[in-house]
Amino acid sequence: MEKIFRITDEDGIHARPATALVNTANKFKGVESFAEANGKKVTLKSILGVLSLGLEKGDSITLSSVGENAEEALQALTDVMVKEGLGEVNA
Amino acid sequence: MLKIDGIAASPGVAIASAFRLEDPDFTVNRREVLDPEAELIRLDEALAKSEKELEAIKERTLQELGEKKAEIFESHLLILSDPELLTPVRDKISTEKICAEYALNETAQEFISMFENMKSDYLKERAADMRDVTKRVLIHLLELTYVNPTDIDQEVVVIAEDLTPSDTAQLNRKYVKGFATNIGGRTSHSAIMARSLEIPAVVGTKEVMSQVKSGDLIIVDGLDGTVIINPTPDLVEEYKAKREQHLQKIEEWKKLREVPTISTDGVHVELAANIGTPNDVTGVLENGGEGVGLYRTEFLYMGRTELPSEEVQFNSYKTVLEKMDGKPVVVRTLDIGGDKELSYLEMPKEMNPFLGFRAVRLCLERQDIFRTQLRALLRASVYGNLRIMFPMIATLDEFRQAKALLLEEKEKLVSEGVSVSDTIQLGIMVEIPSTAVLADQFAKEVDFFSIGTNDLIQYTMAADRMNERVSYLYQPYNPSILRLVKMVIDAAHKEGRWVGMCGEMAGDATAIPLLLGLGLDEFSMSATSILPARSQISKLSKGDMENLAAQALQMSTAQEVVQLVRNINA
Repeated sequence: MEKIFRITDEDGIHARPATALVNTANKFKGVESFAEANGKKVTLKSILGVLSLGLEKGDSITLSSVGENAEEALQALTDVMVKEGLGEVNA
Repeated sequence: MLKIDGIAASPGVAIASAFRLEDPDFTVNRREVLDPEAELIRLDEALAKSEKELEAIKERTLQELGEKKAEIFESHLLILSDPELLTPVRDKISTEKICAEYALNETAQEFISMFENMKSDYLKERAADMRDVTKRVLIHLLELTYVNPTDIDQEVVVIAEDLTPSDTAQLNRKYVKGFATNIGGRTSHSAIMARSLEIPAVVGTKEVMSQVKSGDLIIVDGLDGTVIINPTPDLVEEYKAKREQHLQKIEEWKKLREVPTISTDGVHVELAANIGTPNDVTGVLENGGEGVGLYRTEFLYMGRTELPSEEVQFNSYKTVLEKMDGKPVVVRTLDIGGDKELSYLEMPKEMNPFLGFRAVRLCLERQDIFRTQLRALLRASVYGNLRIMFPMIATLDEFRQAKALLLEEKEKLVSEGVSVSDTIQLGIMVEIPSTAVLADQFAKEVDFFSIGTNDLIQYTMAADRMNERVSYLYQPYNPSILRLVKMVIDAAHKEGRWVGMCGEMAGDATAIPLLLGLGLDEFSMSATSILPARSQISKLSKGDMENLAAQALQMSTAQEVVQLVRNINA
């Protein structure tokens, strides 16, 4: 399952929200979560991976989760994206 | 015992043991190993130690500076356990049979250069985080000893090659009694910072790092610009007395806070301060400033991702004018370009930034930027005593164009029903020799001049003041400079205009008698120099200084001028 977001934050995805995303992904031990943007796919369990996407305002990013509790994990990641003012869900 | 001469950068005397602030040697060599398993264990141990340190730093930052500042260390902790970093490092150790530090450093460098090459400025800065984390782990792997300046917990004098502004800001004033550096000059960042922190400092000693061991007893004399290593007990006593004398002087200066600056023969001059942000006004008033002689507006534009809005600017200008409560405030319009870049303006790099597309040259072309600033200034003008000056004016035509834009914006505002003050004085900075030489023509059209000596000296001597190798040419007391200053002052007075000075020279004890004699009306300096300058001027007669200046103008070298002034200051 996946969700697409459009980055709305001036600084793109910066250190603080990237930290929050990785901490959230790490909470779900049995789930692999990924971020995909600009033709590159990285694991959400790596802050360097997330930062290496080089996301800027206006870019779109796809978050996906696979495994047990994938739905719950994706919802938690979505909450981080919205709460941190990073982006909006591209319905 | 050894005495080293440097440049007196910040007044006062410090006596304490030396603390060498230097990066350890992070050279990493590729070593093949017989037992990769042992290397993996070494790696894990270094990571564990680093993690413990970071947890402690995070906790301390949380307590002292709050959650926002602590977040950065949270991200450092995540880097430390990042699979994208550690998996390749472990693979390298196992398959290539190399030492842990080489594998780690090689992988980390790939990430560092990836960040350095990113488009966004914000992400570029993450390279610094990556470097920081890498250094932390390498310190353990290479078994280096390193003490962070924030960890200093006893009285010391800091010795360094140079100090960055952030180094200087981090120095704990409770323990750091003074500092001495190998490089830098009176106008380098570390020197300016030391004066605002009121830490005695000597810079540009060239050899203090090679002569001093950690723990040596050091005297830093920021009054005369000397550093003494392992002094005799007698000398220590002598300098303790000197330190006491200086502290007493400071007490005496404090009494001059509310007094106007008047020479022994009754001539009043105005002592004002240079500021960069509205927060600096507090220091101006505490030090008895009679005005702001230079408000550097570039700080409003720096450290951002886009231009500051009219509203943001208006609020800053209004705050400064209100806090100064009717005292004059000279605002310099945007002085940026060349060496001071704004990333979001995407200016091409130049070969000669000091002679390039900057300040008013940039503003006249990018009128969108300039008009926004002028509108913000005009709207703020009703909240105090505003004076506007344009930097880097080389020709009368530039001044006329800038003035025309100001009048256009004023008309627009008035027709929109916004109130604007009718008594805004309009002046220029004199920092280009062409303007100094033609001051008599400018004086017919401007309300005032402010002489920017830092640049006037470098343009007159054709010597970059940031370049160590030609720093000997930065000569404020060269008769050629004094003659230019006289030209500007005489031309202005003939037309009934006033002249200020907002370069380092205005607050310099050697220059003050000469400037008083040349007829300078307003001296603008760093706030902490105001009271010493007031004390000095209140003991001088303007009539006598006129004679002194007349003699100085006939000298042939800067050294002769300095000698002449020293004789009366003694």
